[in-house]
Amino acid sequence: MSTLTSLAQLQAVASGVAQPLATVRHCHLAEAPLVMVPLKLAGEAAAPLAVMLGSDPGSPTLLVVPQPRNRDQRFAFAADLARVALKYIESSRGQVEELPPGKEGEERIRYSDAPQLLVPNRGGVAFLRMLGRSTRFRRTDGPYAVEPSVPVLGRWLTWFTDRYDHPGSCLLLTMTETLRLHWATGQSALEDGNLAALVGWIDPPEGLTGPQAAALAEDPLATPPAGPTTDPGFDNEVLAPAVAAYDAARGPARDRAEERVRAVLETQLAPTWELMWRAVGLLRGLPEGASVPQRWERDRDSFTYFHQTFGEAYPQARRDSPVRAAKRLHDMERAQDAYDAQRAFDDPLVMAEHRLNGLAFGGEVTGCDPTRKDESGKRPKLRPHVWVRTGDPVRLDPGTTVCSAANPKIKGTVVEIGPDGAVLVELTGGMGRKLTPEPGTVPQVGDRVVFTSLTLGSFGPSRFPDKENTPWTHGGPPADYEPTDDDAAEDWS
Amino acid sequence: MSMTAPDLDRLRGVAAPRNHDARTIAALTANPGCARRGVMDAAGVDKDAVARHLGFGVPFGQSQFAITRGNTFEAQVKADGCAELLTLLRDRLGLEVPEVAYDDLGAVGDNEGREVRHARTRKLVQRALETGEGTLFDHPLLRLDIAGRPAYLEPDVIAFQLGGRFHIVEIKSFAVIDGQAEADQVAAAARQSAVYVLALRRLVAELGHDPVEKVAHEVFLVCPENFSNRPTATPVDIRPQLAVLERQLARLTRVDTIVAQLPEEITFDLGEALEEAVRTVEARYAPECMSSCEMAFFCRAEARACGATGALGRSVRDDLGGVDSVETALALAEGVLEPSEDLAETAEQLRLAARLRREALAGVA
Repeated sequence: MSTLTSLAQLQAVASGVAQPLATVRHCHLAEAPLVMVPLKLAGEAAAPLAVMLGSDPGSPTLLVVPQPRNRDQRFAFAADLARVALKYIESSRGQVEELPPGKEGEERIRYSDAPQLLVPNRGGVAFLRMLGRSTRFRRTDGPYAVEPSVPVLGRWLTWFTDRYDHPGSCLLLTMTETLRLHWATGQSALEDGNLAALVGWIDPPEGLTGPQAAALAEDPLATPPAGPTTDPGFDNEVLAPAVAAYDAARGPARDRAEERVRAVLETQLAPTWELMWRAVGLLRGLPEGASVPQRWERDRDSFTYFHQTFGEAYPQARRDSPVRAAKRLHDMERAQDAYDAQRAFDDPLVMAEHRLNGLAFGGEVTGCDPTRKDESGKRPKLRPHVWVRTGDPVRLDPGTTVCSAANPKIKGTVVEIGPDGAVLVELTGGMGRKLTPEPGTVPQVGDRVVFTSLTLGSFGPSRFPDKENTPWTHGGPPADYEPTDDDAAEDWS
Repeated sequence: MSMTAPDLDRLRGVAAPRNHDARTIAALTANPGCARRGVMDAAGVDKDAVARHLGFGVPFGQSQFAITRGNTFEAQVKADGCAELLTLLRDRLGLEVPEVAYDDLGAVGDNEGREVRHARTRKLVQRALETGEGTLFDHPLLRLDIAGRPAYLEPDVIAFQLGGRFHIVEIKSFAVIDGQAEADQVAAAARQSAVYVLALRRLVAELGHDPVEKVAHEVFLVCPENFSNRPTATPVDIRPQLAVLERQLARLTRVDTIVAQLPEEITFDLGEALEEAVRTVEARYAPECMSSCEMAFFCRAEARACGATGALGRSVRDDLGGVDSVETALALAEGVLEPSEDLAETAEQLRLAARLRREALAGVA
C-alpha cells in the first residue's frame, strides 16, 4: 500500500465505483482458461464437497461428493476431477518449439502454450494445495489402491500451487488478487476478499453504485460465498438435511437424493461461476502489458520441463530439502524483483509509485545537447546532456545510474539536481555505436520523459551446492526419498 | 474515581451478564482503544443481541459440520480418561508421566455457581502445587481481571501437571499437515492459550507460588495429524502472545473513567433509546473488528457514514498521515483545502499523488 493506492481508494469512495490502479493488464490471460470453483466441507482439512469447472462459460462441469465423509467417494471425486483437469492440461500444450541446444549440446524444446487455472481466491489455492498433498502419494495397487489418474492429479495440483508462489507466474491465478492488482475499491482489503463485492465495485450492475452492489454481495442468501468454505447457514439448513437424506435413502431413492445434493450445491456454485467469467471479461478489457509474454514464456518453460520429466520423477516431497528450499527462495526473490520492475516499466501508473518515492522522476525536457562528447579519455565518447524540469521529489544522488522508463536501453547518470527541480542527466548508452546518436534515442526539448533508477536487472546463474554437499549447518545431505507404503496407506478420513 | 458494580449493571439493563471467554479476551486486546467495546464487554452486555436489535446482526454462525468434527475429535482425545492424550504426552513428547489422575472440574449441577467452581479449581491447583497430586485437570474455571472487573474463563482445555509444573493443553480440530498448520489458526489458538496461561499464573501467584516457574510458557496444541483423526501434539511457545496480552490488558482503556463520563440515564437495554446509547460511547472501528466483534457491522456502517478513512483499513489511514476523513483527505489532495501546519507534509504528499495519478491516467486517454 502507498499514498497512491490509498488515494485511489478515497476516489473510489467519493465516486462510488472502483478506480484503476493499472493502465495495462499485468497478467497473462489464456484464451480458454480452466476456471475452477471448489467447495470443501467445513471443519475438515481437505474434504472436497464439490467443484464447478470448465473452460467454456456456457457449459461448466459439476462434480459433487454426496457424502463428503465417505473416503471412497472422495477418491471417486478425485478421479473425476483428474479426468477433466488432465484432459485440459494435455490439450493446452500447443506446438513444440525447438530451441537452440543448451550448453552441453542437449536438445531443448518449449511448448507454445500452457494450461492456466483460475480460482476465486487464496482459499481456493490452499484447498488445491491440500487436495494435491492428499492425493499425490496414493498407490494404484495394493490395499488402498486408487485410480491411476488420482496421484497424477495430485502431482499436477502440487505443481500448480508451487508455481502460484512464484511472483509473476500466471499458471494459477486467484481472481480477487488479480482484480485487486488492477483496481482500487472504496472498501478495505478484508471486504475485497469477497469476489462478489469486489466485482460489484469494479462493474456495478445497471442502476446500482459500487457500495450498493457490494452490500448485496455480503448477504450470503443473495450471494453465496465464493468458497472454498460454504455459508454456515447453508450448511445447517440446506446441505446437512440433503446429505442426511442421501445417507438414509436406499435403492432408486438414493439417486434422487444424490441429485438433490447436486442441485443444492449448484445453487452455491453457479453465481460464483458467472462472476469468474465476468471478471475474466473485465480483465480482457485491459491491454496486455509489454512484459507479460516474457513472463508467460517462463511459465511455459516450467510447464514443458514438468511435463517432459513427469514419467521419471517421484511425487514432490512433503518438505523441500535444504538446498532445494534455499534455491527456491532465491528464485522467488529474484522473480519478485524482476516482476516489480517489469510492471513499472510496462505501466506509467505503477511507475508513478516510484516517482512518489523519489526513485523515478518525470517532466519536460528543457535543454538538450545531443552531440556532446566526453573527450577526457583516449577516445572521445558520446555523452549527451539532457535537462529535465520535474515537480517530483527526486531522491537520487548525483552519480546514480538511471534509465528511460519508455526505453530502458537508454541509460544515463544523474549529474546534478538543481534547487528548482531541474535535473541534469548525462546519457551513457543505448544511442548506437557512433559518435552521433541514432535518431529518436536522445529526447528533444519539449519531450516528456521519465527516468528511473529501477533496473530490469540481469543476473548470473545462482550457485548452490549439490544435494550431496548440503553443508552441516543445514543438516548435511538429506536421505534419498523413496515412496513407501505408509504414504499410500495414510488415512484420509 | 472508582467504579461501582451497579453502574455497569445499570448499563447492561435487564439482561443477564455475558461471560468472557478466552476468545473475547484475546479479541479485546486486538483493539484496546475501542471505548464502546470496552464498556459493553465490561458490563457483560450481549453484543450480539444489541447488534441484532440495531439491524446489524452478524450473519454468520458456525457450520454444524465443523462443530461435529470439533466435538468428535475432542471426545476422542479425552475418551477413557484422556487415554490418547496421555499416549501422546508420553510417546510423542517423551514426557515421563508416572501416574495418572484425571479430575473433571466441569459443572456438576445446573445451578452450581461460578464462584463455587472457581473455588474448587483453586483448591485442586493448591493441592497439586503443594503435594504434586493430580495429573490432568479438565475444564478448570479460571479468573482474570479485565479492566478492573473479574472475568471467569471456562476453558475447554486441560491443565496438565507434571512435577509441580502446569502446562496448558488445548485441543483444536484443525489439521497439522506435514508438521505445519494454517498460520491464522495456530496464531488464534496461541492467543487463546496465552489467556489461560496468564489466568493460571495469576492464580498460582495468589496461592503464593512462583507463577513463572510453576506455569510453563510452553503449551501443548493437540490437533489431528495430516488427513486423519489421529491426534498429534505440538509444543507451542506462547511467550510473545503472553507479552502482548499483558501489555494490552495493562493499558486497556480504563472502563471506569469512561463510564464516569457517560450520562447518568444511559442503558444498553434493547429499546428505542439503544442506538443513541451505543453512539454515545465512541467506537474505534477497523476492518479487523469484523473477525472479532459482534458490533462490527454497526460500527462499520457508522464509520462509513461519516466518511472515516479508518473504514478502509489501518494502513490506508497511516498512508494518509492520520487524516480521519475521506472528504478532508480528498480536499487536501485536490488542493481546495488549505492544510493546517501539522498536515502540511501530508497535504503535499497527497497533492503529489493526485498529480501523478492524473498524469499517468491521462497518458492512456
